[in-house]
Amino acid sequence: MPGDALRDLADYIKENLDNHVGAYEFKKNELVLYAVRSGICKVLSFLRDDKECHCELLMDITAVDYPERAHEQGTGRFEVVYSLLSLRHNHRIRVKIYTDEFELIPSATSVFSSAGWFEREVWDMYGILFDGHNDLRRILTDYGFEGHPQRKDFPLTGYVELRYDEELKRVVYEPVKLTQDFRYFDYESPWEALTDVQLPGDEKAMSPAHGYKAAKKAAKKG
Amino acid sequence: MAVAKKTTEQTDIAEETQIKPFTMNFGPQHPAAHGVLRLVLEMEGEIVERADPHIGLLHRGTEKLIEHKTYVQAVPYFDRLDYVAPMNQEHAFALATEKLLGITVPKRGQYIRVLFAELGRVLNHILNITTFALDVGALTPALWGFEEREKGMEFYERVCGARLHANYFRPGGVHQDLPAGLADDMLEWCEELPKFLKDLDSLLTHNRIFKQRTVDIGAVSKEDALDWGFSGPMLRGSGIAWDLRKSQPYDSYEEFDFDIPIGKTGDCYARYLVRMEEMNQSLKIMKQAIEKLEKTDGPVKVNDRKIAPPPRAEMKSSMEAMIHHFKLYTEGYHVPEGETYTAVEAPKGEFAVYLVSDGGNRPYRCRIRAPGFAHLAAFDFMSKGHQLADAVSIIGSLDIVFGEIDR
Repeated sequence: MPGDALRDLADYIKENLDNHVGAYEFKKNELVLYAVRSGICKVLSFLRDDKECHCELLMDITAVDYPERAHEQGTGRFEVVYSLLSLRHNHRIRVKIYTDEFELIPSATSVFSSAGWFEREVWDMYGILFDGHNDLRRILTDYGFEGHPQRKDFPLTGYVELRYDEELKRVVYEPVKLTQDFRYFDYESPWEALTDVQLPGDEKAMSPAHGYKAAKKAAKKG
Repeated sequence: MAVAKKTTEQTDIAEETQIKPFTMNFGPQHPAAHGVLRLVLEMEGEIVERADPHIGLLHRGTEKLIEHKTYVQAVPYFDRLDYVAPMNQEHAFALATEKLLGITVPKRGQYIRVLFAELGRVLNHILNITTFALDVGALTPALWGFEEREKGMEFYERVCGARLHANYFRPGGVHQDLPAGLADDMLEWCEELPKFLKDLDSLLTHNRIFKQRTVDIGAVSKEDALDWGFSGPMLRGSGIAWDLRKSQPYDSYEEFDFDIPIGKTGDCYARYLVRMEEMNQSLKIMKQAIEKLEKTDGPVKVNDRKIAPPPRAEMKSSMEAMIHHFKLYTEGYHVPEGETYTAVEAPKGEFAVYLVSDGGNRPYRCRIRAPGFAHLAAFDFMSKGHQLADAVSIIGSLDIVFGEIDR
C-alpha cells in the first residue's frame, strides 16, 4: 500500500491543480497523475515550485504507444510520461498525458532545461510534436531517417539497410532484404492459447462422467 | 599626417586579424570523444561559442528489441548499454521486473548483487578517472589502472563466464552462487586496491597540470545541476547530497555502512574527487558484503520454479524440472499487468527502467533512462565560453559511454 504521506500529497495536488489534473492513481505504490495536455507546463512548474511537492529534478520524458486506443474518446494513441523526483522530500511523481500524432504538446523546456533532449527523443521515436521547443530535431536516428521507430506499427527490421558500395565508393541505402523470412516466435503456451477451442476428444476430459478422477469422486461419495 | 597614417594602418591590422566564427567537427573518431560522439563546435577563435553534440551513431534500438523478447532474453541487452559497468544496468531491470512480479530476492542473492554492483562501480570509476587523465595529458594512470581493472574483470569472468557481457543478475536473484574461493580472492583484491588508489591519488590529485586542466572547468552550480537533470557523481560534485543507495535503498543497501562523498565546487576537479572517494567507499561496502555472505547461507534466487530455472542436476532426474526449464527458456514467464519506474544508483548516475507490462511474456514497453543522456544534453551549457581543450576535459568528467546514451 502507498504511504499516507504520498496519499495526502496526491489529494493536495489534486486540490490545487483541479483544472489541470484529471485523476491520479497508485501503480505499484508509485504516484501517477493524469494531466490535461494543454496544462502540462503549469503542472510541471507547480510540482517543481510548490513546497509540498518540490520536485526539482525532471528525470525522464518518454512515451508509450497504444495503437488500439487511437479511436477512443478522450485519449489518443500515445501516452507521454514525465518522471519527476524530489530530493528534499524523497518522492517520485509520474505525470501522464494523452496525445496522438497530430496534436501539439506544450514543450517543458521553459520549466526544465533537461526536457530539451528528452523531447527530441520522443519526437524522433514517436513523432509527437512539442510546441515551443526551439530545436526539435531528430536525435538518435540516422541523418535523413524517415519514420518513427518506436511506434508499434514500425517493423523491428526497419525499412532500409545500408552497406558500403565498393564501386560507388560510398555508403548506399537499400530496402531491407531478408534472406530468411522474419520469424516472430509466439511461445505462448499451446494449452493456454487453446482454452476456447474444442478439439475432438476434449469432451471426454470435460465431462464429469468420464475419467478416473470422476470415478474416484463418485467412489468417495458412494 | 603621420598620426593619421598610423590609425589607418591600425584599422587595416584590425580588419585582417578579425577572426570569423568557425565551425568545427570533433569526432566521431576522436580518441577524446570517448566513443562515437560527434560534436559540431562553433568556435570564436579558441573559444567554444556553441556545442552541438550529434549522438545516435551507436543507436541499436535496444528498447524496441526488448519489446520483442521475453524478460529473460532482455537481460543481456542491458550489458550492452553501459558496457563499462554491465551488472549495474542489469540490476535496474531485475529490480523492475521483480517489482511487477511481486517477488523478493533471498538475502544471499541480494548481498551478491550488492557485491558485484559495487565492484562494477569501482571498475567504472577506474576506467573513467584514468581515461579522463589520459585526455588531459597523463598517460601513466591509464597504464596502471587497466591492469587493476583487468583483475576486477576476472571476478566477473569467474562468477558468470564473461568479462563484459555478464548476464548474471536475473529477475529473481542471480544466475548462480559464487564459485568456491571467489569471495576470498575478492576480499584480497579489496585489501590490495587501496594501494593502487593511493598511487593514483599521488599521481593526479596534487598534480599541477591536472589541476590546471580541471579546476574551475565546467563548473555547474546546484541550481543548474538540478535544472539539467543531473544525477550520480555529477550531482554530488555540485554539492548536493543525494544517493539512491541511501535515500531509496534497494537490495539491503540500508544494512551497509558507507559514506557519500560530496564535492564543493561543481567543476571537473570536484567530480574527479567524488569518484576517487566513491571507490574507497565501494571497497568498504564490498568487504561488508563478503562478510555478510559468509554468515548468510541459502538460495541465491527465488525458489519459484515458474520464475527461476531449476538447477542443472535436478533436470537430469526430474521430469518436472525439465518441463520448467523448457517453458522458462521458450515461453518465459508472464508478468502481471502493471508499470513501474525503478531506478538504481549506477556508477554514472540514476539508471532507471520504466517497465510497462500488459500481462504477457514480453515487456510492452521498456524505457531505459540513461544518466549519460541527460549529462551530455548539458554539454552545450557547460562548455560555452571555454577553450577547445577544456571541452575535452568536460567530456572526460561527464563519464559518458555511448552504449547507454544511444541505446
